[in-house]
Amino acid sequence: MSLLTQARRLTRSDRRDMLVGLLFASPWLIGFLGFTLFPILSSFYYSFTRYDLLRPPVFLGLDNYTNILMNDEDFRTVAYNTLWWVVFSTPLGVLSAFLMALLLNTNIIGRSFFRAVFFFPSIVPVVVTAFVWQFLLNIQYGAVNSTLQFLGFPVVPFLSNPDIVKPTLVLIHMWSQGAAMVIFLATLQDVPRTLYEAATMDGASALRRLWHITIPMVSPVILFNMVMSFISGFQYFTLPWLLTSGGPNQASEFYSLFLYRNAFVYLRMGKANALAWLLFALIIVFTTLLFRLSGRLVFYAGNSR
Amino acid sequence: MATQTVTQQPAAAPPLDQTRWRHKLRTLGPTDWVVEILKYAVLLLLAFTFLLPFYWMLSSAVKTDSQVYTVPPIWFPIPQHWNNFWDAWNSENYWLFTYNTVIRYALPATLGTILSSALVAYSFARLRWFGRDTIFALVLATLMIPGWVRLVPLFIIFKQIGWLNTFWPLVIPHFFGNAFFIFLLRQFFMGIPTELSDAARIDGANELQIMFRIILPLSVPAIAVVALFTFMDAWNDYLGPLIYVNVEEKWVLALGVQRLRSAVAEMGNRQLAYPYLMAVSSLITLPIFLAFFFAQRTFIEGISVTGLKG
Repeated sequence: MSLLTQARRLTRSDRRDMLVGLLFASPWLIGFLGFTLFPILSSFYYSFTRYDLLRPPVFLGLDNYTNILMNDEDFRTVAYNTLWWVVFSTPLGVLSAFLMALLLNTNIIGRSFFRAVFFFPSIVPVVVTAFVWQFLLNIQYGAVNSTLQFLGFPVVPFLSNPDIVKPTLVLIHMWSQGAAMVIFLATLQDVPRTLYEAATMDGASALRRLWHITIPMVSPVILFNMVMSFISGFQYFTLPWLLTSGGPNQASEFYSLFLYRNAFVYLRMGKANALAWLLFALIIVFTTLLFRLSGRLVFYAGNSR
Repeated sequence: MATQTVTQQPAAAPPLDQTRWRHKLRTLGPTDWVVEILKYAVLLLLAFTFLLPFYWMLSSAVKTDSQVYTVPPIWFPIPQHWNNFWDAWNSENYWLFTYNTVIRYALPATLGTILSSALVAYSFARLRWFGRDTIFALVLATLMIPGWVRLVPLFIIFKQIGWLNTFWPLVIPHFFGNAFFIFLLRQFFMGIPTELSDAARIDGANELQIMFRIILPLSVPAIAVVALFTFMDAWNDYLGPLIYVNVEEKWVLALGVQRLRSAVAEMGNRQLAYPYLMAVSSLITLPIFLAFFFAQRTFIEGISVTGLKG
C-alpha cells in the first residue's frame, strides 16, 4: 500500500479510515513532532550559536563547527577513542555473542541454566557492574590481579594504564552481550535441520556446516546486531563515565562523555549541539559504509527484501 | 498465542533434547568424548567468569570493612556480617529512593508505554488506512536516531518550560509511544485472526471497544514483555535521572548508589563502607534477579521476538 501505487482519489470512506488510523496513531505522531522532530531542528539551530542557558543565544555562524574540527585537540582524542571503540567492540561483542550462542545451541544438558547465566549481566544496573568491576580490577586489592599473581602472572593495570583501559572495557562489554546471544540462539534454532542433515549425508564436516549453512542463514541477524551495536557504540556512555571518568589521561574519554561535559558541566550548549550533529553525521556515514560492505555478504533466505 | 487446550498424551515422549543426547551417548566415539568434555569445560569456565562479579559483590557485602582490602582476597568470609544488609534495608534513603524509582518513575512510565504503544500498534496492525505503511516505516527509522541529538535540545526545552528537577521529563515521553514496543505489539496484533475483529464490527463495536475488549486481552504475553522491559529500563536508568533530577530527595536508586560510591571514595580513608556499598548494590540488583528468575521466559521471548533490547 505504498503512497505511489495508490489511486489518487480518496473516497470518503478512505478519508474516514485515515482519520481513525491517524487518531489511534496520534500519540506517537504528536510525540514524534514534539520530542523528536522539534528537538532535532532546534538542536540544529543551537549548534550555530553560543548558548549557556543563562544568557540568550548568540549567533556564531559556523564557528562551533570550525573550532571543533580545526582547533579542538580534545575532540581529536575523543574521536580517535570513539572510533577505536566502535571498530573493536562491535565485531568482538557480536562475535562473542555468536560463539556463545553456537555453544549453547549444541546438545547440552542445562542449556537453560547456562543461557540464564550468560544473559544475566546484560540486565543488571550499569551502576552496579561499574562499581563491582572497578573493585575487581583494582591493581592493589582487586581479586583479578591477586589471582593472576597467585598463578605466577604479572599484575595487569587494567584501569590505571592508558593503553590497557580500552581493551579492558572491551572485555567488560563482551561480558554483557547476553541479550545479543539470546537473539542469536533463537535464530540458530530456526535454521532448518534438514539442511544440516543433507550436508552431513554429503560428508560435510562440522566446520563446513558452520561456514556454509549456519553463518549464511544467520547473516541477516548478524548484520542487524552489528548495526545496532555500531550505533550504540558511538554513544557509549554510562560504563566509562562511572568506571574511569574518561581516564586515565583521557584514554577512555569517548564522544558521549565529551558531549556530556560540554553540555552539562561547562554549559556550552551550542558546542554540545554541534557535537551532537557531527555525531549524527558520523553515524550515518559509517552505517552506510557498513551496509555497503555487507551487501554481498548477507544471504536472505526466503522472500528477498 | 491463542488459547490452547492441553490434551493428555497416553505415553509422553521424552523431550527432544534428552532423546538426542541419549542417542548421542550411545553413538559417541573417543574423539567425540574429548569434544564433549572440552565443551562443558569451556561452558563451566565461562559460567564461572560470568558469575564471579556477582559472587564477589555478595561476599564483599558480608565482610567487615577491612577484610575487603586484604591481599590475597578473602573469597569466603568467615564469619559473615549480615548487618550491612540490615543497615541498608533500614536506611531512610533506601526507601525514599526506591519510592522515587518505582512510584514516581518506573510505574507511570510502564503504564504510559503500554497504553500509548498499544494504541499506536493497533493502528498499524488492525486498521487499514492510506499512508499507514509509510508512517510505520518512519516509526522504524526513528530507531536509528542517536539519542544525544535529542537529549541536549530536549534538556533545553524542558528547562524553558520549567520541568527541570522533576520527574516529568522522564515520564511524559513514555505516554507518546515507544518505537520498538510499537513494533513488537504490531507484530503480535497482526497474529490475531481478523475474523474476531470482523465479528465484533458486525455486532456494532467501534474500534476502541475492539481494541480493549478483544485484542488486548489476547495480547497479555506481549504486554507482559513490554511492561517488564519498560520497568527494568526505568529501574536501571542512570543518565536520565542524572540530567533531570538534582535534589537529593528526588534521587532514584541508580543515583543514590553512585553518590554513595563517590562518598566512599572521597572519604580518603577507603577502608570505610565498601561492604555497605556492595550490600546496597545487591539490594538494587535483587529485584531484577527475582524478576528474571520468575519471568525468564518472558525476558527471553521478548528479546527473541523483536531482536532488540533497549
